[in-house]
Amino acid sequence: MNAIIVSTLLGVIMMFCSWGIKSQKTQHTIALVGLFVLIISNLAQLNGWFVIDFDTKGMLAFTRFGLFVNTLFFVITFIYIWLNGEEIAKFDNQAADFYALFFFILCGASILTSFDNLLMLFIGIEILSIPLYILTGADKKNLFSNEAALKYFLMGSFSTGILLLGITFIYGATGSFHLVEPILRPSDGLPKEQMILSAGLLLVFAAMNFKVSAAPFHFWTPDVYDGAPTVFTSFMATIVKAAGFIAFITIFNSQSKALGYTWELVLSFVIVSTLLVGNIVAVFQRSVKRMLAYSSIAQAGFMLFALYGKSIFATEGIVLYATVYSLATIGVFGVLIKMKENSFEAFNGLAKANPLLAFVTTIFLFSLAGIPLTGGFFAKYYMLNALYAAGAGLWLIIIAILFAAVSVFYYFKLVQAMYFASGEPTMHEVPKKYTYALLLIAILLLILGVFPSVVFNYLYF
Amino acid sequence: MLISFLLIPILTAIVLLFIKKDTLAAQTAIAASLVTLVLAVFASFNQVEAFDMAWLPSLNSRFTLEADGLAKILILLTAISLPAILIASAKNEYKQKNIFLSLLLFTQAGLMGVFLAGDALLFYFFWELALIPVYFLCSIWGGEKRIAITFKFFIYTFLGSLFMLIGILFLNAHTAEHSFSIQAFIHANLTGEQKITAFALFFIAFAIKMPIFPLHTWQPDTYEQSPTAVTMVMSAVMVKMGLYGILRWLLPLFPVAFAAHTNVVVFLSVVGILYASFIAIRQDDIKRLIAYSSIAHIGLMNAAIFTNTGIAIQGALIQLFSHGINVLGLWIIADILEQQTGTRSMQQMGGLAKKQPTLAILLVGFALANIAMPLTNAFVGEFLMFNGLFILNPWIAAFAGISIVLAAIYTLNMVQKVAYGEISEKINNMPAPNKAAQAVLIILLIIVFVTGVYPQPLFTLTADTLQQLLAK
Repeated sequence: MNAIIVSTLLGVIMMFCSWGIKSQKTQHTIALVGLFVLIISNLAQLNGWFVIDFDTKGMLAFTRFGLFVNTLFFVITFIYIWLNGEEIAKFDNQAADFYALFFFILCGASILTSFDNLLMLFIGIEILSIPLYILTGADKKNLFSNEAALKYFLMGSFSTGILLLGITFIYGATGSFHLVEPILRPSDGLPKEQMILSAGLLLVFAAMNFKVSAAPFHFWTPDVYDGAPTVFTSFMATIVKAAGFIAFITIFNSQSKALGYTWELVLSFVIVSTLLVGNIVAVFQRSVKRMLAYSSIAQAGFMLFALYGKSIFATEGIVLYATVYSLATIGVFGVLIKMKENSFEAFNGLAKANPLLAFVTTIFLFSLAGIPLTGGFFAKYYMLNALYAAGAGLWLIIIAILFAAVSVFYYFKLVQAMYFASGEPTMHEVPKKYTYALLLIAILLLILGVFPSVVFNYLYF
Repeated sequence: MLISFLLIPILTAIVLLFIKKDTLAAQTAIAASLVTLVLAVFASFNQVEAFDMAWLPSLNSRFTLEADGLAKILILLTAISLPAILIASAKNEYKQKNIFLSLLLFTQAGLMGVFLAGDALLFYFFWELALIPVYFLCSIWGGEKRIAITFKFFIYTFLGSLFMLIGILFLNAHTAEHSFSIQAFIHANLTGEQKITAFALFFIAFAIKMPIFPLHTWQPDTYEQSPTAVTMVMSAVMVKMGLYGILRWLLPLFPVAFAAHTNVVVFLSVVGILYASFIAIRQDDIKRLIAYSSIAHIGLMNAAIFTNTGIAIQGALIQLFSHGINVLGLWIIADILEQQTGTRSMQQMGGLAKKQPTLAILLVGFALANIAMPLTNAFVGEFLMFNGLFILNPWIAAFAGISIVLAAIYTLNMVQKVAYGEISEKINNMPAPNKAAQAVLIILLIIVFVTGVYPQPLFTLTADTLQQLLAK
């Protein structure tokens, strides 16, 4: 509750900041202070101290899990804004507006971690999405950015429509918006209602797949990620996607039983096709930005494992995966922003020109590929474990690791460009401070690679 | 005690990153690796306590290092190889030498971890960690086609180890308390069919690493393209990871599935041995010749282990060490020849015996060890291994035995081309090899003959492992 209210207030405050305060630096500092306040207020609720508390009639349920995930989102956003302050300021004199949008997105994310009612799910998704459409089109003079924004808006609205239709069906079948334990079971002997409920759940499933860019609902992803300004793509591909996944899991952890065996079939199909599309297409990309867009589809395939069944590995795994993936992706995009072009060749010879930057980029890429000693390894391990614990067949796990090996192929293309190709990297000047910030992210990933449990220990006490 | 086998190389490797002066960096690396060697010798002949520490409480994985005979003999081999390699290649020119040396020491730490890990997840961790520095070493300092070839090697082994990861996950799910310790894995509650699945998942990783025919295609190219110092680490120690994995994990964990696959694996190994030997005969490149010869030797060890007879396993345990020493000697000589003459083609060599008699004598010594002549260390191991193969099936022993003849053909052919004949132009212009490298070779050759004449210390060292393996 604290997070939802405070983030809204901060969003409004940030909006009005641009009137009085002209200095970009000050706006940046205010945003960071605001985020800090947000983190504190959320932690306060985690320890049982509410700013405002009222009965939501069961529409929102604040669990330890949700609040903890909130904290992680806010901390990652803090790192993101701290790192990217200068980039955000480049688009407009009104950077404060963008910060306001970030706060609104965070508000949507904190609703998605705490909803217990399908209407709140809808509201959360809308609050999350609308600022994103604006961010995608932030580069007003760039036609690609405009196109991406329009495309995202049209497709996004369409998928929201499907979500609403699904919710309506569910309401029609059960007479409730609440997400209590499976309302109808196949054994209840209500065939017509059962059918409508299944249809509704499948529609919701499709819409959520769209939000987390899982195949075959992924078509918007590469264009939008490519067209949007890199700095906002970085945010879109991380926090927003992670929030979508948390919502996805919350719905289907309790409701998937209503679908019976169909659920495993449909989910397996989506997982395999997401892994297939993401990984295989990423191999053939010539632009690093597009490669990362497809890689984010591939990573979504791994995160979908947490949906397969409820287990301790799934809960801990999704938290770890979302954290590690977000940090690594923000890191890679952070390096990409400093390149003058998005091609692989731009990275040629980076190891010679700036060894530290090349080293941290390698850590990010290793983490995305899931190589031991980086957080990505344990993230993938937990996900595979979740899949096995939920009773998935070994074949699915084997497919998953085959694609994990494919992913090494395209991540290492970048490593090869940096270390083994000769040439000069075509990049803007990178301030020392910026490199150290990236180094900090890399160190976090290394710590998570040796002691992953530091992230989710707080889930329990 | 055991943790120092990890800490010394890792800390030295980190320090090396900041030492910009080449000679100082080389000296630091050599000093650290000598300290490790002293510790390893001490550990080999004494009881060492296991090191145990909580690591991942939520997964119930522990940071456990333990050393039995099998681990000790490989620790000893790793500890001997590194200073030998570093001293022999101390004079070689590499760009950014401190980073080169640092990565070599990281590799050493990874290898030590693999041999010492008593926890499956930790084992997997080090298994991968040993690979990553090697990837960079080969890709940065290797030959012309290095990038594509090293990448093939990397993807190959990475994919193999991912299969092993599934195997670990699979077994872990079936143990009481979800533990990763070897003991828990041995007592895992699996049906016969599940055991065969798990066996296959582990076996793929080890088979690629060794490598067994037909998964060997990455090896000769990688050995050829890597800088020789790295090839030495790979062929003297790294390939042993696969054999070690079989002895440490596969055999104790799935004795029934293991026995059920004896015929297939032994057959594949023997095919691989003959195939590699025939190709070795046709080679003109000295590095490729040693690479193929190494595939044949590793194949023999694998076949011997899979016979599951005490005598053959004893032979393989000894040969793990002996093969490392022999191949190390051959590589160092090949490296000297390449560095001093600028070619690897044996056609362009010749007359080494007249020009550099010491080096030629050393070459002959290691060549004899390579064909397992009596009095050399390889004879002891190979004799025992063939004995085991004979017990399994005389025909198989006969076919594998052809490889001895073939080994004699290609090895002596190499000696003939390099050491005898007219003094070629390249050899004539060759400067004298440095004294340090020759000293290393002499020490290695002494080890070859001492363990050949009196192998008892190696038997004593591995006695406990052998007993455990046979008790199953």
